[in-house]
Amino acid sequence: MSLDKDTVRKVATLARIKVPDSDLDHMAKELSGVLGWIEQLNEVDIAGVQPMTSVAQMRLKMRADEVRDGGDAEKVTQNAPEGAHGFFVVPKVVE
Amino acid sequence: MAAPTRMTIAEARKALKAKKISSAELTDAHLKAMEATRGLNAFITETPERARADARRADAVLAKGEGGSLEGIPLGIKDLFCTEGVLTTAGSHILDGFKPPYESTVSAKLWQAGAVMLGKLNMDEFAMGSSNMTSYHGAVKNPWRKKGANSDLVPGGSSGGSAAAVAARSVMGATATDTGGSIRQPAAFTGTVGIKPTYGRCSRWGIVAFASSLDQAGPIARTVEDAAIMLQAMSGHDPKDSTSADLPVPNFEAAVERGVKGLRIGIPKEYKLDGAPKEIQDLWEQGIAWLKEAGATPVDITLPHTKYALPVYYVIAPAEASSNLARYDGVRFGLRVPGKTLDEMYENTRAAGFGAEVKRRILIGTYVLSAGYYDAYYLRAQRVRSLIARDFTEAYKQVDAVLTPATPSAAFAIGEKMDDPIAMYLNDVFTVTANLAGLPGISVPGGLNTDGLPLGLQVIGKAFDEETVFAVGRALEKAANFTALPEGMA
Repeated sequence: MSLDKDTVRKVATLARIKVPDSDLDHMAKELSGVLGWIEQLNEVDIAGVQPMTSVAQMRLKMRADEVRDGGDAEKVTQNAPEGAHGFFVVPKVVE
Repeated sequence: MAAPTRMTIAEARKALKAKKISSAELTDAHLKAMEATRGLNAFITETPERARADARRADAVLAKGEGGSLEGIPLGIKDLFCTEGVLTTAGSHILDGFKPPYESTVSAKLWQAGAVMLGKLNMDEFAMGSSNMTSYHGAVKNPWRKKGANSDLVPGGSSGGSAAAVAARSVMGATATDTGGSIRQPAAFTGTVGIKPTYGRCSRWGIVAFASSLDQAGPIARTVEDAAIMLQAMSGHDPKDSTSADLPVPNFEAAVERGVKGLRIGIPKEYKLDGAPKEIQDLWEQGIAWLKEAGATPVDITLPHTKYALPVYYVIAPAEASSNLARYDGVRFGLRVPGKTLDEMYENTRAAGFGAEVKRRILIGTYVLSAGYYDAYYLRAQRVRSLIARDFTEAYKQVDAVLTPATPSAAFAIGEKMDDPIAMYLNDVFTVTANLAGLPGISVPGGLNTDGLPLGLQVIGKAFDEETVFAVGRALEKAANFTALPEGMA
């Protein structure tokens, strides 16, 4: 599998990482190299094999549906690059 | 009595209890060593004031004849563990200035046990790397050098700061994390002991997430016994991590001297790599001979899907990372680079905040999860992962533990392999299988190569059987009698 520049541009947009046009060729080459190496997985017979999503052989626990903590707006927002009145501030998203 | 920075945790504990040394003295000696070895760049943040305050508190507790299992012992913490009020960067520019308002469960357990914090240790950015070269805060130097040479070597990664500091004797032990080999590979490169416990043994709560189905915390220490003492304090169920195992934690320390008589040790033929240096094969054979002499029986086994472990890892880990790292968006913490729109702010922040390797993995992860490629890459990799885990299940019907080399080479030069991602990824060829199968693995120093650099042996155990891993690790440690010390030491 070799990725072209347009695919890298699309993937970078999906990942919300700005990639300058001048870097696209180089990145396409690098990513193609890694994906090409990954494709040796196509040799493996996986018929009837279940996908493994976790090694933890356990059932998730139930717990009482009750408030245990909260009211920490100040703590939660204290690391924000921009905050006000216990909220995160972002560039305007509605006109 | 040995000098404070030459003691093991076990020895220091005894000396503290017998009042032959105070935690303040032990801590000061390590703070001095930290200063003297600053050139290694092992620390991102030094916390000497906190360390002295911790030591004073520990000394007061010890004076009353009380104290936890690590009372007064000075440790370093990998910068992936959130520490309340103390800068936590994960080795990334994007977490600039982040001071968590909470403490990770594992580090909190260490403080409960009485440990003293010396500082936060350098690492590959978001734990992605095998050389510590991807840290935004700069490369870490290995305190070891080739005999008669003066070029700097990598300490391995991603827990490179942890391994370098333990090897340089500036910390008595350190926390680390391991997603594909990030505890065991740096331990092997620095002549230290590192154990990745079974997935679920340590809580992941408060550890900056890389690949959630693979990440596990563990210690890097000077001896197998010290690693057992530290892991004991770090382990245990945590309701805040739904994947942490609700199982009793065995007495790891008691298992260390259990011996290997009667144990069956699997020797997987697939770990004999074409083109691997002869010294790696020789050390492995030496390890087999040592265990045989100690009363264990080597058994040839096969783990047929071994060669697919790294490619599986490089689908699953980036996929999980691309999702976990979505949270770094310039809104809630760390760096923000302005943009005209919200999307542009996200894109600018992430472009400036992530390094090349992290971007590469996020893009691979996004690609393998994207519509049209999910089945071909992600689902296929998860299925092959099942086969890799099944290989071990089959092998463990015949054997109690598995012995392999820890790494395919000794430490390499700073800057090497940086232009070839796959060559770098191959560092983890022997360690990554234990992460995919969720099994415990330890790396123990086995000896020096002809250049005078340490090499490690790895023991992989059954799930939740760290005890056997410690016992076999200790038998190797005893036989190897590894006493060499690096020149770049305080």
